[in-house]
Amino acid sequence: MRHLLSTADLSRAEAVRVLDVAEQMAATQQREIKKLPTLRGRTVVNLFFEDSTRTRISFETAAKRLSADVITFSAKGSSVSKGESLKDTALTLQAMGADAVVIRHGSSGAPLRLARSGWTSGAVLNAGDGTHEHPTQALLDAFTLRRHLVGGGPGGGPAADRVGADLAGKHVVVVGDVLHSRVARSNVHLLHVLGARTTLVAPPTLLPIGVETWPCEVSYDLDAALRGDVQGPVDAVMALRVQLERMDAAYFPSAREYSRRYGIDAARLALLPPHASLLHPGPMNRGLEITAEAADGARSRIVEQVTNGVAVRMAALYLLLAGEDA
Amino acid sequence: MTTTLVRAARPLGAEPRDLLLRDGLVAEVAPAGTLTAPDGARTVEAEGLVALPGLVDLHTHLREPGREDAETVDTGTRAAALGGFTAVHAMANTAPVADTAGVVEQVWRLGREAGWCDVRPVGAVTTGLEGQRLAELGAMADSAAGVRVFSDDGKCVFDAVLMRRALEYVKAFDGVVAQHAQEPRLTEGAQMNEGAVSGVLGLRGWPAVAEEAIIARDVLLAGHVGSRLHVCHLSTAGSVEIVRWAKARGVDVTAEVTPHHLLLTDELVRGYDPVYKVNPPLRTDDDVRALRAGVADGTIDVVATDHAPHPVEDKDCEWSAAAMGMTGLETALSVVVQALVEPGHLDWAGVARVMSQTPARIGRVASQGGSLQVGEAANLVLVDPAARWTVDPSAMATKGRNSPFAGRELPARVVATFWEGHATVLDGALATARPAEAGSTWTR
Ligand SMILES: [Zn+2]
Repeated sequence: MRHLLSTADLSRAEAVRVLDVAEQMAATQQREIKKLPTLRGRTVVNLFFEDSTRTRISFETAAKRLSADVITFSAKGSSVSKGESLKDTALTLQAMGADAVVIRHGSSGAPLRLARSGWTSGAVLNAGDGTHEHPTQALLDAFTLRRHLVGGGPGGGPAADRVGADLAGKHVVVVGDVLHSRVARSNVHLLHVLGARTTLVAPPTLLPIGVETWPCEVSYDLDAALRGDVQGPVDAVMALRVQLERMDAAYFPSAREYSRRYGIDAARLALLPPHASLLHPGPMNRGLEITAEAADGARSRIVEQVTNGVAVRMAALYLLLAGEDA
Repeated sequence: MTTTLVRAARPLGAEPRDLLLRDGLVAEVAPAGTLTAPDGARTVEAEGLVALPGLVDLHTHLREPGREDAETVDTGTRAAALGGFTAVHAMANTAPVADTAGVVEQVWRLGREAGWCDVRPVGAVTTGLEGQRLAELGAMADSAAGVRVFSDDGKCVFDAVLMRRALEYVKAFDGVVAQHAQEPRLTEGAQMNEGAVSGVLGLRGWPAVAEEAIIARDVLLAGHVGSRLHVCHLSTAGSVEIVRWAKARGVDVTAEVTPHHLLLTDELVRGYDPVYKVNPPLRTDDDVRALRAGVADGTIDVVATDHAPHPVEDKDCEWSAAAMGMTGLETALSVVVQALVEPGHLDWAGVARVMSQTPARIGRVASQGGSLQVGEAANLVLVDPAARWTVDPSAMATKGRNSPFAGRELPARVVATFWEGHATVLDGALATARPAEAGSTWTR
């Protein structure tokens, strides 16, 4: 891998390799000394044009645990917020000798633009661009699902049971604001390449024109999808964040109606087979797309997703900067 | 004034003729090899070249006054001459907006001073392009610039009452309203064509219906008040159908399409390169096919460039921060040859019709859009139909480097351009500007 811009660019082998390396990284994180010398002397720049404390901290932690030098530019308190262009910022980073640039940007396509422009020679890692993609989120979701759905079962048996495996035959329901979700786009590509089936559920206003061309099924009826009426029994459900401001633009009438039709609660989780998992990319709007009871319940893998995020991002940085070609 | 003998050119693609250009007029036309150059005349060997009436662009952004960093009347009209144009209509979205007699006269005068082609200012329909109140359309019509085309281009005249009044009002001086058809609410924050590609790329969509709904309303309004209407830059199959329907009902509507909408599609946006960001956006293959068919059957009357130069920094950035628009003057004819002539939709007479005669008629530019007959103003362009060239924006006369055709090989090349007998382009390069005082009686 030269860059990690979109999960649509990943082959099955490359995707599985990231998950396998992430298993190794996760294993090291169980040790008392978590830091590896792998990226000593390499510089990773976190370039956050959009505020996202969670993702930024996850990437910083991943890079530091690999012993990289980490520089973070974030929107607040840097030249970025003063209207300095992506190009000028990138040229500055290039002058600093960035080996990898982790970029979060409000404009769809900004990481691809950065990778193709020649403004930086470093590897570019997309940490979320506009409403386009968020590939490491999809990879950590797949990592979490593989741990629970493949091999040893819930929580994971020995990692060796999962190494090399994809998600063939698994069925994931993704519910929420697909239109504005970079997480949904990255997941649809990745789950498809890993052999899983995906059902997208949303009100029609929150689905993009052209969604019928995506490698997934679409339903407006969450209960039918969870019952297995759309693509068979469900192995996992992923609730997407819904921003309340969408209400003002008439995407849906009220928070109450949204919750009633598309929110995840305990009653809806009861429609699922016993082994099925619940995921959410965070941050959650409790009470809107997910109830507290569901988020904190036994099926929830939401806290685990955060932990796995560090391992997956370590794997991505390792493969981009030190890995042999996957 | 120089007398020029053009030897053995094919007028509108027909049999070779010698053409003598004298005193700004086409003085003689005779079978090839039969005219001899008078003493002191320049001879242009044009064997194998097609002669067309000088091209007339109905839709050009010259940026001056206000954005001289992007383009000036001088640089823009140099580009026009190189592209074979002898007249351009300069859009009103400058700073200040061309919404008074003073501004349109300034632009018109800058055109005469530059001396590369006829500059016909377009007047704004509403003051400041704000869509609130009519600009002084009559004053602009009566000014030295003699404005006949009015447009808020860049913005849509959205208010139906205001549009109706504008359509009615300009009848008094034989004007036309050129509408930029874009329903504003449906296109808030729009970044590209809404369709399968925008969904995957996560870019806010500009739906075809936002264009078609306005065109449908406007053709009905124009029919109701008995005015002529011009629709700028059709980009969708549905727009072509609506205009076809309106013409069949007898509505006095004309329509234009840009070269880029005849050749490029939204698939190009996949790399997020802002050189492909334009308004209206690049559409789909089906739309391109329908637009070509629309030109072929006469539903679409003219090809106009929507030449929209931008400084490098306005395109050298991420997609959503980039400006919309593409340059087009220096590639228009070649793109038309590739998109319409080579596939058999148009012959050379058809090119003359859609790029010169009809735009001149719509803009009421009396001296332009002829057919190379004796006694007409000597506005003509010589085209090498067999040439092929690779587009290099850095070699262009326009200040804009934002050509979506950069690196493409295109057919046909402009060899010479004559503006009322004055050679602005010779051997494919700029010749000399016409001195301002040489302006003929043709130009008001
Ligand atoms: Zn326009």
